[in-house]
Amino acid sequence: MILSQFLVLAAALFAFGVYGLLVRRNLVLILLSVELMLAAVNVNLVAFESYLVTSQAIGQVFAIFVITVAAAEVGIGLAIVLMIFRNRRSANVDDLSLMRW
Amino acid sequence: MTFLLAQEHVAQAGDGGFWADTAGVMLVLPLLAFLVILAFGKRMKYQGGEIAVGALAINLVWASVLFVMNMTGGVLDQTTFEIGRIGSGLVFELGWVVDGLSIMMYFLINLVGLLVFIYALGYMHGDRRVDWFFAAFSLFAGAMLVLVGAPNLIQLIVGWEGVGLASYFLIGFYWEDLEIVKAGNKAFMTNKVADVGLILGTILVGVSIGTFDLAELGRAAAEHDQTLGAVAVTAGFLLFFGAMGKSAQFPLHIWLPDAMAGPTPVSALMHAATMVTAGVYLMARTFPLFEYLGADTRNIMVAIGAITLFAIGLLALVADDIKKVLAYSTVSQLGYMMTAVAAGGYTAGLFHLFTHAFFKALLFLGAGSVIHAVHSNNMSDMGGLRKDMPTTYWTFVAGSLALSGIAPLAGFWSKDEILATLGQEGYTTVMWVAIAGAFVTAFYMARCVALTFHGSYKGHGHPHESPPIMTRPLVALAIGSILFGLFNIPGVSWPGIGNFTDWLAVREVVMGDHHAESMDFALAGIGLAAAVLGLALGWRVFGPDKGTQQMRDRFAVPLVYPLLRRKYFIDDLALGVVGATTGPVARFVDWTNTYVIDGVINGVGGLVKMLGNFVYNGVDQLGVDGIFNGLSAMTDGAGGAVRKWQTGRVQQYAAAFVAGAIILVVLFVFVI
Amino acid sequence: MTIADWISEPVNWVFSAIGLAVLFSGFRVVTSKNVVHAALYLVGALAGIAALFLVLSAEFVAWSLVLVYIGAVIVLFLFGIMITRAPTGLDVGLDSEHKAVPAVLAVLVFALMSWASIDAFGSASITSTGTPTSTELIGESLLGRFVIPFEVVSFVLLGALIGGITLARRDLTPLEEEERASV
Repeated sequence: MILSQFLVLAAALFAFGVYGLLVRRNLVLILLSVELMLAAVNVNLVAFESYLVTSQAIGQVFAIFVITVAAAEVGIGLAIVLMIFRNRRSANVDDLSLMRW
Repeated sequence: MTFLLAQEHVAQAGDGGFWADTAGVMLVLPLLAFLVILAFGKRMKYQGGEIAVGALAINLVWASVLFVMNMTGGVLDQTTFEIGRIGSGLVFELGWVVDGLSIMMYFLINLVGLLVFIYALGYMHGDRRVDWFFAAFSLFAGAMLVLVGAPNLIQLIVGWEGVGLASYFLIGFYWEDLEIVKAGNKAFMTNKVADVGLILGTILVGVSIGTFDLAELGRAAAEHDQTLGAVAVTAGFLLFFGAMGKSAQFPLHIWLPDAMAGPTPVSALMHAATMVTAGVYLMARTFPLFEYLGADTRNIMVAIGAITLFAIGLLALVADDIKKVLAYSTVSQLGYMMTAVAAGGYTAGLFHLFTHAFFKALLFLGAGSVIHAVHSNNMSDMGGLRKDMPTTYWTFVAGSLALSGIAPLAGFWSKDEILATLGQEGYTTVMWVAIAGAFVTAFYMARCVALTFHGSYKGHGHPHESPPIMTRPLVALAIGSILFGLFNIPGVSWPGIGNFTDWLAVREVVMGDHHAESMDFALAGIGLAAAVLGLALGWRVFGPDKGTQQMRDRFAVPLVYPLLRRKYFIDDLALGVVGATTGPVARFVDWTNTYVIDGVINGVGGLVKMLGNFVYNGVDQLGVDGIFNGLSAMTDGAGGAVRKWQTGRVQQYAAAFVAGAIILVVLFVFVI
Repeated sequence: MTIADWISEPVNWVFSAIGLAVLFSGFRVVTSKNVVHAALYLVGALAGIAALFLVLSAEFVAWSLVLVYIGAVIVLFLFGIMITRAPTGLDVGLDSEHKAVPAVLAVLVFALMSWASIDAFGSASITSTGTPTSTELIGESLLGRFVIPFEVVSFVLLGALIGGITLARRDLTPLEEEERASV
């Protein structure tokens, strides 16, 4: 196994995530794309850990952290989406364009 | 006749102490009174007259003390204050002189002035602008004192102009009447013409001897200073020219008769006793110049004086206005004074100046009294007034006799002295002219008295005697007219006080003074005879209307009479000359002012306006505003363009993030 | 290392298979027209990623991924989908019309990152040891060197917990508020 294969895989997943972030209209789907991106990052981290083999498993520990934070973020994110939905009866991101000129 | 040197008297003269040192008070008080009356006159009971009288009364104290001191021992002092200087040479000073001549003048001006002022309190009562009258009158008194107290020619000119100004104010007192205004203008302008001579003469003298001081001038003349000698004739004549204007010598006499338009007290004080004598005074002050240098000028001066004396005297014969008669008489008498001084009779001329002041002022005030009662100036409206106005009548008669030169009244002595001096100096022709003049004087005065006071009343009113405030000064002046002559009987020197000659002789510079040592009875007799003859003839022709109409008709000699009536056409000539010379000039100046000067200013104004418009429209509106408008439009546009990026759409912002991130990475990896 | 060498290793076959599955799932996540499908495809992608972790001998991370992500996060997502009443059927209006720019950007991102990776690491190889990373090591590391981030993350979780509850609470009606107050 070479390192690059994992990295390229991660890059591809990340690119998918970016595309999804920019294209999807539904707020939930946008969050989904963000999760995809974070997962890609995790792949990167663990691959590097395997490559470098640090004495304290830094990459993997960091991956743990990322997972944790991602979970917290999803929780809050969905709570917000819920509130938006309650207020506006719609989870369409195009409707949330008040912060403009 | 011997030559008396003044030196003896100068040696004894004291310096006058306190009174001489503070004599400047006399000069200042009337001027102060002028200001005070202007400020407060309207509110006062006599419209400021009290202040005017008060000022002169206080002045009279000084004048009297100095007079007595001079009588008994002589006073010689001079106080000056330097006010300016050109380089290290010419110095400008103001101050006052105290010597025989100036003390006499102080005394005369203050005494006669005070009497006239008191008279005026009554005369002007109820008239219009009385406060201004007394203010201007006080101004005159102050200026006259400044003039006679002048230690140098500059201050003399200041006083000279001051009296000219006051004269203008007072002649034109009733300025609502255009004719009166014209009279004031005429007086002022005639004097101005003469003043050119005065000023040029002063400059010549000042530049040649390096100072304007009169005492210095006297010394320079006495020492036959070379630089002075070079300009003496010119300067002398120029100064005389100036004197001609003020003292109404032929042909600059034209203003004096017209000056009678002013109130009678003005005529009495200014145009009889004091202002007009300023010219004679100037001649007396600068006497050394003429005495030691420039003897040729003197002949011309004597001639002019003689012409004035006789020709103008004749005009008094045909005047109907009583004041005009007295005015012509004044001019004639001024001619006497000028002739005397020019001939070398310093004392004679001045003595006549003094006596004349008394009786001419008296005559004018008396005329005023009559005019006041009859409300008309013309003798054709008068007659028979001696019954209704006895005091006026007797004082007027006293004055007339004095003027005519009847012994032992003052005029006799002074006129006799003049005749004696003329004869002694060799001006015999002029002496006979003067005697003839005495005849004419007596003649017209008899006419005047007869027409005014005798015969039957030809007017329409109810004449009555004037109030005491007016008659008492008349009496005082009459006393003076009668007695003053006794102070200068030739050869008589009163114990302890000397005589007029001695008093006058107290001065800085030794002068050869030609005056009579003893009485020439022959000459006196001829003079007296001429006077008596004149009186008799006048009485015959114009006396109480009892069948002398024939003589009256014969008097109206064809050619001569109209000539006299038209005053030798001199007034017309003067008017024509003035009109011809100044008219075009005045018109040209007016044209220049309207078209050239105003045109320039209007043009500039228009230009400025155009410029302002251009700046406003072009520069400000278009330019400056344009810049700012442009800037803001640019900002607006830029903002508008940039604004479009703020869509509020999160995904577009996210896209921007990503794009930015890519760019940065590329930048860092590949470029840097 | 050449491609021939690479293919000869059996590990790489496993990798390729799992990798393709992950890529396909990931692709379907962002392109699926059905919201629920997208969520489920994400499950698939995450499972694949967990498998890859196992290949890399990172067992703890793999199973924690499965637990947290698939076990909790996806469930949360499904709840969120339900509550926001997203249409469970086909939904045409799910994507925005302008897909060009995002596509370009995504491609650029991929290109950039892969180029950078290959350029930097080229043929650097990973030697799989076969022994999984010990959990003990991770634990020690977590509470040793990384104790502060550890605590911080717990705060984050706490904050998220409380925040989530607060945000998602139903506003009380005026009646209920009064009741609350009187009690």
